[in-house]
Amino acid sequence: MIVVELIKMIRRPRTWLIIGMLVALPTLVAILLAVTDLAPRPGTGPPFLSAVLSDGTLFPLAALGVVLPLLLPIAVAVLGGDAIAGESQTGTLRYLLVRPVGRTHLLLAKLATVVAFVLLAVLVVATVSYAEGRLLLGRAPATGTVSLSGSTLSQQELSWRTALALGYVIICMLGVAAIALFFSTLTRSAIGAALGTIGVLVASTVLLGLDAAGALHPFLPTRYWLAFVDLFRDPILWRDVVRGLEVQLGYLTVFTLAAWANFGTKDIDD
Amino acid sequence: MTSAALSNGHVIRTRALTKRYGALRAVDAVDLEVRSGDVYGFLGANGSGKTTTVRMLLGLVLPTSGEAEVLGMPMPTARRSVLPRVGSLVESPAAYSHLSGSANLALLDATGSDRSRRQVRRTRIATALEQVGLDPADRRPVRTYSQGMRQRLGLAAALMRRPALLILDEPSNGLDPQGIHEIRRLLLELNAQGTTIFLSSHLLAEIEQMCTRVGVLRGGRLILQEELDTVLRPTGLVSVRTPDPARSRDLLGVAVVSVVGDRLLVRAEDPAGLNAYLVGEGVSVDEIGPYRRTLEEVILEVEAAPA
Repeated sequence: MIVVELIKMIRRPRTWLIIGMLVALPTLVAILLAVTDLAPRPGTGPPFLSAVLSDGTLFPLAALGVVLPLLLPIAVAVLGGDAIAGESQTGTLRYLLVRPVGRTHLLLAKLATVVAFVLLAVLVVATVSYAEGRLLLGRAPATGTVSLSGSTLSQQELSWRTALALGYVIICMLGVAAIALFFSTLTRSAIGAALGTIGVLVASTVLLGLDAAGALHPFLPTRYWLAFVDLFRDPILWRDVVRGLEVQLGYLTVFTLAAWANFGTKDIDD
Repeated sequence: MTSAALSNGHVIRTRALTKRYGALRAVDAVDLEVRSGDVYGFLGANGSGKTTTVRMLLGLVLPTSGEAEVLGMPMPTARRSVLPRVGSLVESPAAYSHLSGSANLALLDATGSDRSRRQVRRTRIATALEQVGLDPADRRPVRTYSQGMRQRLGLAAALMRRPALLILDEPSNGLDPQGIHEIRRLLLELNAQGTTIFLSSHLLAEIEQMCTRVGVLRGGRLILQEELDTVLRPTGLVSVRTPDPARSRDLLGVAVVSVVGDRLLVRAEDPAGLNAYLVGEGVSVDEIGPYRRTLEEVILEVEAAPA
């Protein structure tokens, strides 16, 4: 079932359109930086962006920092929102269920497909932006990459930290996917489910800017998204990463269970 | 066909099957009985509860109360073992519009639990497409299909795994007369090979031409369930058309049940004898024969009866 869902995702033109859009933004940023030579001052703007003019190999990380706050979650909300509602809209849901495909099985396959999409998207973004970084931006110093704390990271160390960061981003997006999947089981409208999810994320971002909501901050889904930056400090600053993981796993569990409870006994009458 | 289904002879059996939506009883205490080998015609107006019943049989909608057995096993509990042997078309066909017909079937085929080899699957898909008159080599996306072709694709999906039971909701929707004829012939052929067919429709003519047994649903209640032959058996009446209805009525007296225009319905055992009598009395007869009700008349009659 998971394989079938993956094939469906890969063969869908929309998937590649979204990935194209995810790649387009960092590309634009790379071109603008290369042409103007105006990097944000250190400590401002998206993470790593200030460093890429001198070290182009950092650009994949900067690109992730660019797409993560907005574009990637929207893509995940669209895909997750489409998961059940989209099948319901086209009428294919009932034919899947009478095949039969177990309802729980279908939910898990859809969730796994969103993870696969995030992985695919992140890999494409990272690969393309690496090439862009090498071609358009500063050459890497031969000594190795400089961490955010100023010390030098070896190529090997940079590799596993990047892998960790990717894993962290995927788990963050899994939380979003679970919320979208839950909304997707509530409605027949894929757009409605996607918008609902985006609404939650926007609300979370608004509350993060509000000091009066301080007590809620540690529980908001978007609170620790950019904590993957801490993985490139020396030594690694684990605190926010770990909290981020806890929060995302919480959202993942709660909303996956809610989706399962709702979808498991739902009458399919469209 | 399972031994269980054979042992009691029922492929579908429901007891007091009920689905309530709030105060509305969409399906109300329905006792369906579909036997192995039947072509069962499930009739009812739009909104009479046909589709909800079909969805309950397939485990898509959960009944409020009552039981349903399909292929001798309880639904929806046994859906894992029942559904692989049931082919279905529910309301309208559905497909991923950016993929070709055969790609759609391949995806659907791959979702099941059976682990057939690639070649077996490919043959199975090609056969199903050919059966319904679609070209397996057609690579155009379903988006470009006509409604009739979509309907055929939906049927192919239902036939693909050679099910023991076909549950088809309005299978001739969107087909032209030629297509309807082809599909009817295909279904009868499959039935002759042992497939039980449960056909839901609001087209009386379609049911009358194909089915061996009918069930009629009205307002969620099953108001008639009978062999088609029994429903349409001779009524003991003879229909007479004559240019002289008044005279005939005088001659036949109380045997005349009704006179409508130039047509009389007469209670009589023997149409030939009646003909001879009338002609002997100098009444010319344009047409005479045993009177059979059409399915439509039967249904109108049952519906008119107080529930």
